Amino acid sequence: MIATATLAPRLEELLGSANVVSTPEELRRYAVDGVVPSAITKPGSATEVAEIVRFAIAEKLCVIPTGGRTKLGIGRPPDRYDIAIDMTGLNQLAHYDPGDLTLSADAGMTVHALQEAVAANGQFLPLALPFFSETTIGGSIASGIDSVYRRLLGSARDFLIGAEFVDGKGASCKSGGRVVKNVTGYDLHKLFIGSLGTLAVITRLNFRTYTWPETSASQIASFASVENALAFRSILETSGLPFFNLEVLSPGLTAAFAKNLRTKNASAPSAFDSGSWVVYVGWAGNPSVVRRIQNDLEVFTLTCAPTQVEALGGALNSDVHVLFREAFALLCVGSPDTVVLRIVHPRLSPEILRNLSDTASKEGLTGHVLLRPVGVTYFALCAGGGVVNANDQLARVANAAISLLTKTGATYTILQASTPVKASVPLWGPRGTDFALMQSVKRAFDPGNTFAPGRLAEGL
Amino acid sequence: MSQLSAAIKSSLLAELRGLLGPDNVLCERADLILYEFDGSVVKGQPEIVAFPHTTEEVSRIVKLANRFQVPIVGRGAGTGLSGGALARSGGLMIVFARMNRILEIDLENRRAVVQPGVVNLDITKAVEQAGFYYAPDPSSQKSCTIGGNVSENSGGPHTLAYGITTNHVTALELVLPNGEIVRIGSKQGDAPGYDLCGLFVGSEGTLALVTEITVKLSRKAEAVKTLLAIYDTVEDASQTVVEITARGITPAACEMIDGWTLVAIEDYIHAGFPRDSAAILLLEVEGLREAAAEQVTAIEDVCNLHHAREVRIAKDDRERDLLWKGRKNAFGAMGRLAPANYVLDGVIPRSKLPQALRKIQDVGQRYGLGIGNIFHAGDGNLHPLVLYDPRKPHDFETAIKAAEEIIRYCVELGGTLTGEHGVGMEKSELMPLLFSDADFDLMRRIHDAFNPDSSLNPGKIFPLSKGCGEIRARQKTQLEVHS
Repeated sequence: MIATATLAPRLEELLGSANVVSTPEELRRYAVDGVVPSAITKPGSATEVAEIVRFAIAEKLCVIPTGGRTKLGIGRPPDRYDIAIDMTGLNQLAHYDPGDLTLSADAGMTVHALQEAVAANGQFLPLALPFFSETTIGGSIASGIDSVYRRLLGSARDFLIGAEFVDGKGASCKSGGRVVKNVTGYDLHKLFIGSLGTLAVITRLNFRTYTWPETSASQIASFASVENALAFRSILETSGLPFFNLEVLSPGLTAAFAKNLRTKNASAPSAFDSGSWVVYVGWAGNPSVVRRIQNDLEVFTLTCAPTQVEALGGALNSDVHVLFREAFALLCVGSPDTVVLRIVHPRLSPEILRNLSDTASKEGLTGHVLLRPVGVTYFALCAGGGVVNANDQLARVANAAISLLTKTGATYTILQASTPVKASVPLWGPRGTDFALMQSVKRAFDPGNTFAPGRLAEGL
Repeated sequence: MSQLSAAIKSSLLAELRGLLGPDNVLCERADLILYEFDGSVVKGQPEIVAFPHTTEEVSRIVKLANRFQVPIVGRGAGTGLSGGALARSGGLMIVFARMNRILEIDLENRRAVVQPGVVNLDITKAVEQAGFYYAPDPSSQKSCTIGGNVSENSGGPHTLAYGITTNHVTALELVLPNGEIVRIGSKQGDAPGYDLCGLFVGSEGTLALVTEITVKLSRKAEAVKTLLAIYDTVEDASQTVVEITARGITPAACEMIDGWTLVAIEDYIHAGFPRDSAAILLLEVEGLREAAAEQVTAIEDVCNLHHAREVRIAKDDRERDLLWKGRKNAFGAMGRLAPANYVLDGVIPRSKLPQALRKIQDVGQRYGLGIGNIFHAGDGNLHPLVLYDPRKPHDFETAIKAAEEIIRYCVELGGTLTGEHGVGMEKSELMPLLFSDADFDLMRRIHDAFNPDSSLNPGKIFPLSKGCGEIRARQKTQLEVHS
């Protein structure tokens, strides 16, 4: 294995000095859970990525590919981290066939830039993600983070149609293609979703695109109790109406959302100040469809006796949409003493939600709930400024919450936690019989354990 | 001719009969012939067929086969179109026809848990009264099984809007090639860790046997409108599809049938298709009443722009069902035109549809073969049916050459070999058109991680002739031993 001091010069030989950075200050910016790399590489092509990977394999070093570095907090601290591969130099829209509604984008292209490029043709990609301006396509897929369009258009596995990547032998490989229907060979690209860079370095991703609806609308309603809010959501879920968004917020979270809007000099829906549970629902389509949904929604809303209802139009409609898109970022940024659990359960009952909140408040912590579509719930535990030994308390409450949740059959992952909390809270639930299969997949992709070892779970 | 030694066959049979009972094991040649075909042009006969009823039985059969070093292939209804469920290396076939129970229907959470031998359409029948259905709808949905659908990642006409099998499976129970029983995914979906369901669905029975499947149930749309657009030229029909796609109109289904084929269908089904047109488009839109009405108008506009002779809207469910009956039984109708046909499954970028259809016509003329077109135009999934007469010398070989030229052209256009039928043993030799040695090497490592001895479904997906080092050698050896 190469000595740390000679790593950067060796990489410079490979990539040129302009594409290798090793100043302490820069290295700290690429740290993952406090683990700092010894060098940062900035490849400009997939060929250079493969060269870096082959170099790392030969020298028995470990690499972590990075994009906008907005979600490196997801996952475990790496077992080892020598070289950061900054993918932002691979940022081109390689192919775009508007007439076919398909595209192929370099992994380092930002989601924002990609959406801008396709918006010119009235199209979009259903990736409305937190850290929207900075996050890259590759990082988004590798993090597996939720899009707010998921209720209607599915997750990335429903519209990711192919990938190019460098595997753990340093070879440039591909999976899938650029057509919307394809069963040729193993669907390897699906494995990258949420893999946290542990299988390969993604260099390019292929997607199908969608056409923007003509118009959109949304509504916020507040309810006197969590029971009423969930009853309303249940009616909407079974209505058969094609809502783009359907989210439920706990009272404390609405206040935080309102504060966020006001700091940007935007107005906030008055329901956000109600101190109540709030249901946000958004829909889109042609004007006649939007009117029809509006009319049906009015009837459903009346039957559930909300304390306030507000139709969101114009700037408020788009501001609130952005708020929900950025929900995860809002929960994480500026509050290191926060733990965010992503829970998957088809319908958490009011009792479970109350128990979760009680678990937090008993320890002097605040628990925020964001019920998202398709059975996903974000539960955020916040310590606030004045709490001493916040990590101990957060870990204790997180473990208590996890114990509560696993009894209900829920699965979970931890999206955000400080490094000490991660050390004392299992980032997943109990291992199933499938864990050994995942380890086999990891070994097949990455026989030398070169890619982000241990980031996804111990042994992955 | 027997490929297993008499001693091994006799011992294995005795143990299988002891395990499953004599009624659940077949080994007579007359019985085995039923299992040497699927819907493709290739064949491969098993030497023993076993019918388990439970996952535990599957596991024990696999362990037994391993002890005797006998290759295994899983099979559902045998409706596949790529030879995926044929015993290329002889050996033992596990037929899931008797594992055909719907284990759970959870309408509140829109899930059904089923055994692999459940027929695709039976899931919909079980939930349709409550307003739900199972979305992937292969043309063979009245007989094909969910286990087979999972193995091949099957599609169907309505997958244009709703996705193929992989988009509707959230969890699987598997029996691995060593006999171990494992569960992957979760009922709700979104299980932590790697998306193993995404890998195993469509792995063509080369990684594991599927013994239980959790599928999503979809809610029936409020409104469904079915349109029949009739054209005097294939070019106009294909340009209509290009423009529908480019305008971002997403019908639930968009099927094309050429005029020559329509006559055969009409003679067989009497679906109400015109006998004198060059092509028709069968389009369906679904959704809210308002959305469906606007989509119908938008589609009619495009059809008329591209010189549709007539656009009919099905008046009622009876007329709609008849049109779909015509479409879904179209492959069978081709038997009226020739004693045999070879169905292709290439996919092209949708904007390239007109040139692809011109190429198919050109190939048919040059090779002197009739080629019918019945396909999922909306997602660019072509199904040219190359007609041939196996009794004529060299006719089959000519059909294969013509087919290969069409598939090569699909790849040249930026497309792929197969959109929903799978690679199987039929298209495995064409895989190097798409994949490099590095791609094969990685796929082999994935294969070997689960199926290191190629005991499960050998001779599938990977080309035997070139490009895939160790796996090729291992499979070839196995095939040579058994042939």
